[in-house]
This record gives sequence, structure tokens and C-alpha cells, in this order.
Amino acid sequence: MADAAERPLLRVEAAVKEYGERVKTVALAGVDLSLDAGEFAALVGPSGSGKSTLLNLVGLLDRPTSGRIWLGDTETTALDEAGLTAVRARMLGFVFQFHHLLPAFTAVENVMLPEWGDTGFASKALRRRAEELLHAVGLADRMSYRTTDLSGGQQQRVAVARALVRRPPLVLADEPTGNLDTESSHEVLELMRRFNRELGTTFLVVTHDPRIADACDRVVELVDGRVESDHRAAPR
Amino acid sequence: MPFAWFVALRYLRDAKGQTALILAAVSVGVSVIVFLSALINGLQASLIDKTLGSQPHVTVRVPREAPRALVEPTAETAIARNVQATSQRLRSIDQWPLVMADLERVAGVTAVAPLVTGAGFARRGDAKLPIAVRGIDAERFLSILDVRRSIVAGRYDVAGGNVLVASTLATDLGVAPGDKLRMTTSEGVDDTVTVAGVFTLGNEAVDSTWVLTSLRHAQSLYALPGGATSLELKVADVFDAERVAQTAHDRSGLDAQSWMKRNAELLAGLSAQSGSKAVIQFFVVVAVALGIASVLIVSVVQKSREIGILRAVGTAPRRVLAVFLIQGGVLGLLGSIVGSAFGALLSKLFESMARDPNGAPKFPIELDLSLFAATAALATGVGLLAAVIPARRAARLDPAKAIRNG
Ligand SMILES: Nc1ncnc2c1ncn2[C@@H]1O[C@H](COP(=O)(O)OP(=O)(O)OP(=O)(O)O)[C@@H](O)[C@H]1O
Ligand SMILES: [Mg+2]
Repeated sequence: MADAAERPLLRVEAAVKEYGERVKTVALAGVDLSLDAGEFAALVGPSGSGKSTLLNLVGLLDRPTSGRIWLGDTETTALDEAGLTAVRARMLGFVFQFHHLLPAFTAVENVMLPEWGDTGFASKALRRRAEELLHAVGLADRMSYRTTDLSGGQQQRVAVARALVRRPPLVLADEPTGNLDTESSHEVLELMRRFNRELGTTFLVVTHDPRIADACDRVVELVDGRVESDHRAAPR
Repeated sequence: MPFAWFVALRYLRDAKGQTALILAAVSVGVSVIVFLSALINGLQASLIDKTLGSQPHVTVRVPREAPRALVEPTAETAIARNVQATSQRLRSIDQWPLVMADLERVAGVTAVAPLVTGAGFARRGDAKLPIAVRGIDAERFLSILDVRRSIVAGRYDVAGGNVLVASTLATDLGVAPGDKLRMTTSEGVDDTVTVAGVFTLGNEAVDSTWVLTSLRHAQSLYALPGGATSLELKVADVFDAERVAQTAHDRSGLDAQSWMKRNAELLAGLSAQSGSKAVIQFFVVVAVALGIASVLIVSVVQKSREIGILRAVGTAPRRVLAVFLIQGGVLGLLGSIVGSAFGALLSKLFESMARDPNGAPKFPIELDLSLFAATAALATGVGLLAAVIPARRAARLDPAKAIRNG
């Protein structure tokens, strides 16, 4: 590979995450993982295997008990809260497992949120981008609905649009199609693949859906907090 | 609109019930503050006005003669003594026109008037009443006390054997403008004068004793040709009078007494009143602050998940901080606007309800812009301050914890 010498976009080294003070739950028991820019990877595994935990660590929402995490050139475990927020704002887009939209905001405002909350201002360009994305996920006629007035699947699509609005280098998605019917799932997947293709956005997608996993270039399997297998599909 | 403002206002608007409730609470607090301030300021101003309606701000006169022993005691000799207080005789201020010119230059002094004052009796028919004779410079005296406006019968005129008699005294003597009056001074000088006018200054002690005559007339009554026994001063700021009196004393070596010294008891009463007003207002402010703080704390708990999401998608902690500070400030400001209006209304209502028979308000109310501005600033500041703890708590929320579960 031509860019093999380049630094990977994401590198996780011996990440351990334990929960609890007296009774310790080991959610991650030493995970090594790296993603190159432009990859479209699936993260699979049984429930409770640590997929969300790993995503939270990579997403800088939580700190590992031990181990290190690089995003680009930045070793993140040394950063303080403000530093983490800055890297998060610059490099990451999220689709959370429970999509997590803000009920006080309309659909388009939710999509604008990542940039708006970071810079403090909503530019016209931002609003246009947000509207385009909502259009792309088939919600052109729901832009100014409060998210509480949207169906679960529609909320899921707003969440995907929100993750993409800043065109971050790395998007972390926790079951982005979990609540969607087959057709919508397919549309959301297509949208993400398009971003991957056209902008080189890297994706790490947690999924239980084998069809989604099949559509990814690489499938990483977690079992009991460890990487059980890591397959790359043959380039198409 | 900046992000933090947008979110803050959206939150306030969405939580309509909560917002309305706390706004009502803040408004009530603010209206209490406004009402209390207006009432007490008004009362105090009118009390002081009344007091100063019949006395000069500062009086300058020759020091009293202190009794002196002929022999002073030394280390070796003790002296048994029985010193009699000397009777005070009227003395003129040395070169009073020069002193007057000098006092006119003291900062804060707006007018100076010379007087000859003494005691005496007024007779008419069988009546013989003690009086306070005040010889005034007709023009200058008006800037010390506006007697011309206090004339209730006749006219303001003390020239050529005319005098002005205070209202109660006039009633007691049974004189009206145009009547003759005999007066005898404490020095035994007798004279007959014409009553030109009757005035009332609203102070019983004054209204039952004062007889105003011309400076020249009083000079001849008390055998002080060209003299003046006192100088009376008006100052720009009435609460500056004590300082002016000090300065006047330092510059002239004469006795200078301010109205504040003369009315120390009144002022002590007023300041006790102001003190209790401050205590009440302090507790109202504390209650308002606690109200705002508790509402915001509840709101932070309710919204912890949303705050976590905001943080997770890249909102800086300081922006989250700002969201809640703004809510506190806005609640304070809005509450103070509504509360000021309500307090003003209440004050006016109160003023119009309690009236003297002659229609003058019993409790004059003093509402001015600076009171509203100060209250608004205070309430906004209190709102901001009250929001500090909730806002910091919000800013410190752990985004991972907030988003972990649906
Ligand atoms: N805050 C927490 N405190 C204690 N244990 C936790 C916490 N969060 C996760 N765990 C535990 O860590 C393990 C991994 O959880 P995680 O949410 O990563 O699983 P998952 O792979 O995402 O599962 P699913 O597919 O059901 O979403 C589980 O055993 C879970 O009980
Ligand atoms: Mg999970």
C-alpha cells in the first residue's frame, strides 16, 4: 500500500477500561486497533463485549484505565478536559447508540450543533450544509420539527446528519441503523459510504446487522473486551 | 445570536412554567425592594424638607463666653471655687461683612445672610408673649428660608417699621396685617411696629415665637449699630452641612453649627430606619438569589443528559457555563423590570390612598430612574451570582456518563 508509511488516523494501544470501585467490571481488557485514513470499518461482537466502551474511549468521552490513544498526531490521554473537547470538535463526528438529539432544538438546529456549539456562531453556510444533509437523509420536509415530533428512525437519520456536518476526518457510529427499516438502513449506509468515497471520511461503525458488516471494508470483532478477529475484505 | 444566548433563551422559553414561577418570585422580591426604597426615601426626604423649612443649614455666631476663674489652680494650691455662669450678652461678629464675603467662597456654600437675633416680648392689649426677634436682610434671607412663599396673610415686607409675625404668635396676640404691635427687647428697649404679614413655617416652636424685622431695626433695638450677631448659610448638599460648618469654623474662628448637629436625634432615627430597610432588602435579595439558584440547579439536573450531548458533540465547558449564567442574569433582569413596574404601581397606589385632609400625601413617594437602574443592576448581578454554582456544575458534567444510557 502506498500510504503504509503514513501515520494511522487512529491508533489504540493496549487500552484497558475497568468500571466500578470495589467490584471491578473489565469492559476492555487490552485492545490494540488502528485505522488508516479513508477506511470504512465495522465493529461487531456480542452484547456487552465492549463495543460502546471502545467507541467512547476513541471518541474521547471517557478515559482508559490504562493504555494510550492517538488521534492523528495527538496522544490524547495526556490532554485535559478543554484539550479533549477541542480535539473532539476538530476531528470527530458521533452517532450515539441512543441517537441523543436535543429535544429543545429543531432537526436542523440539531444538525448544526457540533459546529455551532464549538464556534459559538451559526453561519449561513453552516445552515445550508445542515439543510443539504437533512435533504440527503430524506428529511427535507422535517427540518424545523422538534426532534420529539420525529419517529425513532427519523431521529436516527438526524443523528447521522449531525455526525457528518463538520466533515470530520473520523466518524464513530454506534448502531446508526439500529432502529431503521431495511430501506432506510440502506439509505443511511449509502450516505456514509458516499462521504467515505467523496471526502475520504474514515468510519468506525458498530453494528449487529450482518448486511451492514458485509458492506464494510474491514470487520473488527470484539469478544469479552478483546479483539477476537480483524478481517479486511478484498478491495472491490 | 451567539450559541450560549440561543440555548439559554430556548431553555427558558421551553420551561415556561418554571420560568414564569421564578420570574414571579423575583418580581415580588424586586417590587418589595422598590416599594420600600421609594417609601422610606420619600418619607426621609419629606422629614428633612420639613426640618429644613424652618432652620438654616449652618449658623455661624460668636462663641459663647466661658466663665473664667480669676486664679488658676497649680500643682501646690488647690482652689475651692464656685464659678457663676456669665449671662450671655449679645455681641456682634467682628467685621462681619468680611467674614460673610469669605464664607461665600467656601465650596458648597450657595448663600449667606447676616442676622441680628435676640429675645423680647410682644404686647397687645393684655397679652404679653415672649418672642424671638430676627433682624434680616430682606433679600438675602430669602435664599436661606423662603419666607415669601410661607406668607399666609399680608405681604413680605420688613422695611420702615414693618414686621412679619409667625402665624401662631399672630393668633395668640390677635394681630392681623395692618395692626400695630408693641415689642420690648430683653435689653428693655421699647418700640411700636406695624404687622405687614403673617407667615407659617410648619414648626411650632418657630411659628409661636418668630418676629421678623429688618436688620437695621434689630440693630437699633439691641444697640448693635452696624452689627450682626449671626450669619446663616445655605449649602448645595444638605448632608454636606457638617463639613461646611467645620470649614466655616476653621476659617473664621467662630462657632458654626450645622442642622445635622442640631438635629442629631432625627438623623440617628433616620439612619436606624435606613439600617432596617437595608436589612430587609438584604434578606429579600438572599431569598431571590436562593430562588434563582434552586431553579437553575433543578434545571441542570433535568438537563444533564442534554448538557452531556452538547459537551460530547464539541461544545466547550465555558459555553455550557455561559448558558446557565445567562439564564440567571436574564431571570434577574426580567424579574427586575416586571418587579420595578409593579413596585412603582404599588407605591403610587399607596401614596394616593393615604392622604392628608388637604390632599397632600401622608407618605410621599420618591421614585426616580436611578432607583430602577440600581435595582435592575442589582437583580441582574444577583441572578448571575446565583447561577454560578449551577453553571459550574453543568460545565463539569461528565459527557460519557450523560450519554451512556438512552
Ligand atoms: N458505566 C459502567 N459501569 C459499569 N459497567 C459498565 C459501564 N458501562 C459499561 N459497563 C459494562 O462494560 C461491558 C461493556 O459494555 P458496552 O456498553 O461497551 O457493551 P456493548 O458491546 O456496547 O454492548 P451492546 O451491543 O449491548 O451495546 C458490559 O459488561 C457493561 O455492563
Ligand atoms: Mg453498545
